[in-house]
Amino acid sequence: MAFQEIELNMGPQHPSTHGVLRLKLTVDNEVVRAVEPVLGYLHRGMEKLWESLTYPQIVPLTDRLDYLAAVSNNLGYVLAVEKLMGLEVPKRARYIRVILAELQRLASHLAWVGFMANDIGAMTVLLYSFEDREDILDVFETYCGGRLTVHGIRIGGVPFDMDAGVAGMIRRVLDGLPKRIADIENLLDDNRIWLHRTRGVGVISAADAMDYGLTGPPLRATGVPWDIRKEIPYSSYEDFSFDVPVLAGGDVYDRYLVRMREMRQSAQIIRQALDGLPEGEFQAKVPRILKIPPGEVFHTIEAPKGELGFYVRSNGTDKPERVKMKSPSFINLQCLERMCKGNLFSDVVGILGSLDIVLGEIDK
Amino acid sequence: MTGRTLLFELLIPVLKIVAVILYPMVMVIIMIWMERRVVAFIQGRLGPNRVGFQGLLQPVADAMKLFFKEDIVPRQADAFLFNLSPVLVMASSLLAFCFLPLGESFMIGSYTLDLRVATSPVALLLVLGLSSIGVFGIIFGGWASNSKYPLMGALRSVVQILSYEIPIGLTALTVVFFSRSMDLVAIVNNQRDAKVWFGFLLPVSFVVFWISGIAETNRAPFDLPEAESELVAGYHTEYSGMKFAFFYIAEYAHMVLVSSLVVILFFGGWLPPFPNVKALAFLGRVPGFLWYLAKIMFFLYLYIWIRGTLPRYRFDALIRLVWKWLIPLAVLNFVIVALGWYLL
Repeated sequence: MAFQEIELNMGPQHPSTHGVLRLKLTVDNEVVRAVEPVLGYLHRGMEKLWESLTYPQIVPLTDRLDYLAAVSNNLGYVLAVEKLMGLEVPKRARYIRVILAELQRLASHLAWVGFMANDIGAMTVLLYSFEDREDILDVFETYCGGRLTVHGIRIGGVPFDMDAGVAGMIRRVLDGLPKRIADIENLLDDNRIWLHRTRGVGVISAADAMDYGLTGPPLRATGVPWDIRKEIPYSSYEDFSFDVPVLAGGDVYDRYLVRMREMRQSAQIIRQALDGLPEGEFQAKVPRILKIPPGEVFHTIEAPKGELGFYVRSNGTDKPERVKMKSPSFINLQCLERMCKGNLFSDVVGILGSLDIVLGEIDK
Repeated sequence: MTGRTLLFELLIPVLKIVAVILYPMVMVIIMIWMERRVVAFIQGRLGPNRVGFQGLLQPVADAMKLFFKEDIVPRQADAFLFNLSPVLVMASSLLAFCFLPLGESFMIGSYTLDLRVATSPVALLLVLGLSSIGVFGIIFGGWASNSKYPLMGALRSVVQILSYEIPIGLTALTVVFFSRSMDLVAIVNNQRDAKVWFGFLLPVSFVVFWISGIAETNRAPFDLPEAESELVAGYHTEYSGMKFAFFYIAEYAHMVLVSSLVVILFFGGWLPPFPNVKALAFLGRVPGFLWYLAKIMFFLYLYIWIRGTLPRYRFDALIRLVWKWLIPLAVLNFVIVALGWYLL
């Protein structure tokens, strides 16, 4: 019997589509011929909804976009609004934002490495990385009460000052982190099965990656040193010295390595920010009813998943006329077919995992 | 018929048959519990510890739950084959236990109590053969479900099990060279007489047999047929309730079977360790059955340890491993052992 091409539905209920994503796969035996992501299962109409909310009311809703990196979404939106207002944020607030955003990057990458390893069958990594992520969530909880949907950044600054208690907690997390990352690396880095499952799998060239608009760690794994924290610094990132890990392979393994190295850099940034935390206000003066004169602005930040942009247009009222979000997961998911074609069916989950997508951000 | 013959001719065989069903079941329960707890400890969790002592009754509770679940046969499935396949899978692994001795036969008065249900001079062959009948159950189940994930899972499974049976057979044969018998009790007795376990005489055979054994039971890192992240639950995706439990129990029973075989073929079955060391002679006073169980438990623990540590192989690597490495290695090993036996 000749095995003809069959169409295989992966999701929306499937253990490893990272949410309610549906992939229409065309499989020839086990070789993938085509992948078509079908989106919209988690669509909540966010962007339209925001048009009926005031500027500050939108912030907590951005938590629900990339729910593994809530602070980064807050930061992206808030920075766009502040840019539109022309608001100068106190330096202390900017540093606290950096600390929170980098903690969030750590949490997001830790969750990612767990999910990704679990997809490839190494389930213990998931539990290890979630233990570390838990500590970071505890920091958020102590700081502002939220864990997953943090709402840790407000227009004009941050909701609370960074006191010694929270700072000490963060330092304790950072002290424990290198050993825990090393534990994960011991399990995976030189593991033959892991190497076989990741090396040379889901390769994308730098040129293709740029054409697709791939951003974040997947782009840096193709050899393009593009990190907005370095290129267009925001929120005082220019004050900190850190490296941007870049690798040239463009495969799943390099994406894994880039993220693992980024975690160490994030820890370094947080330490610098804690050490150099300037005195002063943590919140700028913002009118209670925030009306922004007509104008439009686009601002991007380097979120854990990639380049997160917010376009905000105001019309002089207290509500935005239009908010459009450029979500990194959505853009990165486009490359899936390019990466999967010709690979084996088993690799689709690994490649999908290596892109680090969150459906809350894709479907908005 | 006197009461005495009734006892020995009827009652004891019946008891043995009950035991041969209960023994794997109890082992499966312990194994499921052990797996959950050990994996939990590896991962820094506690695992189930509420039902019974340290959660020991958790598998029983789970089985009860599955027992009371609705029995679903998907509308598009072929009902006959669909229902047959869990039975086949279960029966094949239980049948194989009939030939597994639990220890040496001993005398009660003038009656010789054989600690196995069926005696056969080719027990090894029968155990290997019976355990692979389960493949039919898997392919029937995958095919009859009439759904894509089970079908792909079943195809993978069959290719995998059939491929890995070759090195298993080839390495088991090297043991037969030394024991000159396929009777499992005779194989153990041979190791006692030789004062060395075959695992130390034939390390390559043991390693190849063990790796293939893991692959044949579809366990991590070779658990592709039911690779959760890819194929949902593989060939038993469409099964629910007790039929699913049958597949689940059969898989664990199969693991117990493979571990028992490894212990019997390579690690002296119920023989105590260090028979040559005088100072450790007291080890021989521990009942052989306990040694046997302890050794089986060790290999079951290895299964769990591996699962807690390694990622999953990809299918092409899995097949490459067996056809390019394990089978040539097993053949080479076979030839060397045969030559060695012939020349010595």
